[in-house]
Amino acid sequence: MAQLKYAFFLGCTIPYRVGSYEVSARKVFDKLGIELVEMPDANCCGLPVDPANHEMMLALSARNLCLAEQLGLNIITLCTGCATTLRKTNKLLKTDKKMKDEINGWLKQIGMEFKGTIEVKHMVQALKEDVGFERIKNTVQRPLTSLSVAEHGGCHLLRPVKYMGWDNPEEPQTLKDLIELTGATCLDYWDEAECCGYTVIAIDEKVALQLTREKLNHIKGVGAQALITVCPSCHLMFDVNQSRIERAFNETFKLPVLHYTQLLGLAMGMNPDELAIKELRVDPTQLLQAIQ
Amino acid sequence: MAQTTATEPTAKNVQPSRLDPTFKNEVMREHDAETLKTCFQCGTCTSSCPTARFSSSYRPRTVLRIAQLGLREKVLQSTALWLCTACFTCTDRCPQGVEVASVLRVLRNLAVKSGEVPLIYRELASSINDTGYAYRIPDIRHKKREEMGLPALPKPKTADIAKLIELSNGSKLLKR
Repeated sequence: MAQLKYAFFLGCTIPYRVGSYEVSARKVFDKLGIELVEMPDANCCGLPVDPANHEMMLALSARNLCLAEQLGLNIITLCTGCATTLRKTNKLLKTDKKMKDEINGWLKQIGMEFKGTIEVKHMVQALKEDVGFERIKNTVQRPLTSLSVAEHGGCHLLRPVKYMGWDNPEEPQTLKDLIELTGATCLDYWDEAECCGYTVIAIDEKVALQLTREKLNHIKGVGAQALITVCPSCHLMFDVNQSRIERAFNETFKLPVLHYTQLLGLAMGMNPDELAIKELRVDPTQLLQAIQ
Repeated sequence: MAQTTATEPTAKNVQPSRLDPTFKNEVMREHDAETLKTCFQCGTCTSSCPTARFSSSYRPRTVLRIAQLGLREKVLQSTALWLCTACFTCTDRCPQGVEVASVLRVLRNLAVKSGEVPLIYRELASSINDTGYAYRIPDIRHKKREEMGLPALPKPKTADIAKLIELSNGSKLLKR
C-alpha cells in the first residue's frame, strides 16, 4: 500500500472562510491513518491570478512544488483549484524542458529548484488510489443508510482532462462511490458536472448566482437531503451564498451543504461538534436528526 | 434578474482594413494557445459553456472567431472575456482539440498587458505579493484557529514571493 504521508497544502480559501472543511478533514484523515506534514512556507497556488498572468501562476505554484520536494513528500489538497493548478504546473515542468528552465531561472534567484520528484493529488483522488475504498469502509461505524444526498465534485476536481484524467468528468464516479461507502444513497441529477460559478462572482455576480441556483433547483428536485462538496469555493457558493440566492430569486432551498469529510466523519461515529458542523450556514439540524 | 451588462464582442460590420492579421500569431505563440488555428466554428464550446447560458454577451466561439480574424481591440477590450469560469468543459469537449479555455486565458493575459485589468485581479495579486495569500486573512481567523486547536497558518517568505512576481512580470498588476 502507498505510504499515507503527505505534504498538506491548505491554500487560501479554506483558512480565509471555510475552516470547517479543514477541521473535519484533519479528523477523518487521522482516523484513516493519513499523516499530514504542514507546509509552513507555502503560498497561494497561483490559480486566482492565472487569468491575468499565466507566468505568475506558474512561478507561484512551482514554489509550492519545490517546498514539497524539499520535504520529500507528495502533496494532498482539499481544494480542487489548488489540485488542478499544482498538478498542471507539475506536469508542465516535468515535460516541457524550455518552460522548466525558464521557471528554474526565476526560482534560482530565491534559492530554489524544481526537480520533478513529487506528485499532487486532491483528497478524493488520494482516498481512491492511496487509501482505498476497503480501508474507508472499515472505519464506518454508523452507516448513514437513512440519508439520500447529491454530490457536486467541482470542475477542477477532474478538468482539464489533460492534467487530471483519473476519473471521467462527464460521468464522475469516484465521489459517488466514496459517498456510498458511508451508507448514504447518492442521487443522480441532471447537471452534476456543471460549474458552481464561483470564479466569476467578482466579475458578474448575477451569472455566478444563477449557475448555483440552477443546480440547487435540480438537486432539490431529485429529493436530496443534503449536498456533498469537496472544494471550499464550491462550498461557499452552495452554503454561504444559498440565502443570498434565496433572496435574489425569491425561492427557498434550505439544503444543507456538507463537506465530504463531515459526512464521512459522521459515518465514522464522530459527533457533529468535532466536525465543525455548526459552522455551516444552512441549518443542518433536520439532517442530523435524520441520522440519529 | 437583469441581463449582464458586459460588452458584446461581435464580428458584424467590420471594415477589413481594421483586421490585424498578426494578432492570431501573437496569441498562438503563447502556451496552450497554438490550437486556435484549428477552430472550425462548430460551437461545441458555446453550447457547453455554463456562463453562456446566463450571459447575453459571452460566447466562446465568437471570441475565438474575432481573435482569428484579428480584431485586436474588440477582443481585448471586451469585458465579456472575463466571464470565463475556467471550468475547462469547452476544452475537454472540443472535437478539434482546441484548448478553448487556454486560448481565452491567453487573450485575458494579453488584455492585461494592454492595460485592461479588472480590479479584482489587482486585489488578488497585491494580496499575494504582501501576504502570500490571495485573500488578506484577518487576525480573528488566526485566533480562531488557535481556539479550534488547528496548527498556525503557513507564513510564507513574502520577499521571495514578491521576487517571483517581479520576475514573472506581475508587478504591474499590483495596486499602487
